[in-house]
Amino acid sequence: MTDQLTRQQLLKRAAIGGAAITVPGILAACGSSGTKASGGTTSVEQKLASTLHFSNWTLYIDTNNKTHAHPSLDQFQKKTGTHVDYVEDINDNASFFGKIQGQLSRGQSINRDIVVLTDNDRYLGLMLRKGYAEKLDKAAIPNIKNLVEVQQHPNFDPNRDYTLPWQSGMTGIAYNDKLTDPVLSVDDLLENPKLKGKITVLNSMGDAMTIVMLANGDDPTKVTDKAWNAAFSRIKKAADNKQIRQFTGNDYAPALAKGDLAAAMSWSGDIAQLGNDHIHWNVPEAGGALWTDNMLIPKGGNVYTASVYMNYVYDPAVQGLMEAGDPKRNITGIYYIPPVTGAGTFAKKYDPAVASNPLIFPTAKMLDSVKIFDSKALNNQKYLEQWQNLISG
Amino acid sequence: MNLFHRHRGLTPYLLLLPGVLWLSIFFVVPLAFLGYQSLQSGNFDIGYSFTWAWGNYWDALNNYRSEFLRSLEYAAIATALALVISYPVAYWIAFRGGRWKNLLLLFIVAPFFVTYLIRTLAWETILSDNGFVVNTLQSLHVLGPGGRLLATSTAVVAGITYNFLPFMALPLYVSLEQIDGRMLEAAEDLYASKLHAFLRVTLPLSLPGVVAGTLLTFIPAAGDFINAQLLGAPDNHMIGNVIQSKFLELTDYPAAAAMSFILMAGILVAVFVYARAVGTEQLTGTAV
Repeated sequence: MTDQLTRQQLLKRAAIGGAAITVPGILAACGSSGTKASGGTTSVEQKLASTLHFSNWTLYIDTNNKTHAHPSLDQFQKKTGTHVDYVEDINDNASFFGKIQGQLSRGQSINRDIVVLTDNDRYLGLMLRKGYAEKLDKAAIPNIKNLVEVQQHPNFDPNRDYTLPWQSGMTGIAYNDKLTDPVLSVDDLLENPKLKGKITVLNSMGDAMTIVMLANGDDPTKVTDKAWNAAFSRIKKAADNKQIRQFTGNDYAPALAKGDLAAAMSWSGDIAQLGNDHIHWNVPEAGGALWTDNMLIPKGGNVYTASVYMNYVYDPAVQGLMEAGDPKRNITGIYYIPPVTGAGTFAKKYDPAVASNPLIFPTAKMLDSVKIFDSKALNNQKYLEQWQNLISG
Repeated sequence: MNLFHRHRGLTPYLLLLPGVLWLSIFFVVPLAFLGYQSLQSGNFDIGYSFTWAWGNYWDALNNYRSEFLRSLEYAAIATALALVISYPVAYWIAFRGGRWKNLLLLFIVAPFFVTYLIRTLAWETILSDNGFVVNTLQSLHVLGPGGRLLATSTAVVAGITYNFLPFMALPLYVSLEQIDGRMLEAAEDLYASKLHAFLRVTLPLSLPGVVAGTLLTFIPAAGDFINAQLLGAPDNHMIGNVIQSKFLELTDYPAAAAMSFILMAGILVAVFVYARAVGTEQLTGTAV
């Protein structure tokens, strides 16, 4: 070899070559490439998959306390032959979205057929706008007729083409009667000096803002800058003068039970599940918030199988079992608010106490006083930043 | 003659190769991507594009100066506390531990068998408003009747100190354990008092452990956000909390990336100043 390279030359060239080959490629692979809108309806294959991959929040389905099996899922498998791979890997909307958005933005499947996201956080709307969701196969969901009326035309998905509610819940105020007189209003929660440092506010913007706006006499379903500023500065003031101890997810519940907190802005289902006689939950005097977790099929999921499962869930008999569980068979239910008409009748058969619990089957008066937060405001970057700076800075 | 003999000069480079590959794949490339991302502008809905947006750095520094400073402050206090707590422990194990040495070391490491999150949550119970610690401090009048520890800076610093203690204790132990006992005997033979022997012999010889321990504690502590989130109030939040919320809640990746770089630079400067102060040979002389 006459034209032999020196080692330095070789290394240098290899390094440059390697960098040239790898870096842009990797950068491109990591970057968020432009998303293509999903083209019209494609014909759906009418064949059930052997396994349905379902990601859900923790403690959010009927569960046998002894075997930890989920009877409604076993029953589905018996009926259709499809095994449901049920994974409780969603703890909050943001983290879950952060986990899946990379793959979805690159057009890769996330190997899930159904995921569940909340309508009063921005990510559900974002999934739809970005084209990360498959269209439901409504032909396979005749039971959609059982969807409660109030849920039929949400503004993020007006015809329910992509999403169906899993469960709903209300946001209100919980208090521990060993530590305080009843706390029934936002005024009390945020401004009663006796509660200083003994209360928490939810870190979910939609929940917190809905309640405070209602207390201010503003309309949280159509947010104006004026209403936003009034509610925001009220919460900020309470945080600055240390009335608010922390902003929390559902980790306020154990602290409330232990007595570190006297009262907390709180989700109805947490308190129903806690089942502690000293802890009471109520819709604030000026009104509370209503939120709904929605099932959707992420891009690449099996549309037909997922739709068949959704149809199954919308059968009132199935929903009744899921909701109430069955104390005789040691099955715990979901204890949130079901979106299926007629579920109450079946829930009563399994557990009358659940069917008459207003946190699970709310009275008409309660439902009248809870509002759904404006979905446009959820995506207002200015609001989001202000809120995040308040709770994390 | 085989390949290695003919190209003997290549051997060191071949031996370096796995390390270099590891560093470039898991460090250089992600770092380059982070730098690239930190200079993008746009938002998640319309997508981000690379525009040399140095403003991200300026905004981060301007808007979150107090969180940056608080992170360095909490990390520094926690590191100092960990050093003060660990040194006597490591000293005692190294010189007096005898045949119990390994068991005692295991006690230091044992909490690490439990996940970080659970360990931090345990402090929520320990420091609880109606708990033993708060009640005791109240009866000693250290805390007022309505006083509390949870959701205060004390709880955050205590949590960080606890969580990173083994990173301090183990390097200290290693360097103390290596000290030859005969040197201390020699010092005493030369009429040094116990205190003098410690200050002139033991302490200088253990400095590599001190340096390694402080770095291993300070660097991750400055970026921590779990302790501030679970044990602190909003005004105790550190820069890690802001980065986490920018990244996950606001999907503002460029801002989060810029902040990570600023934090990294801040830590590098702090470490550099520290290294100049104690001497670089202590850094490289480290046994771990």
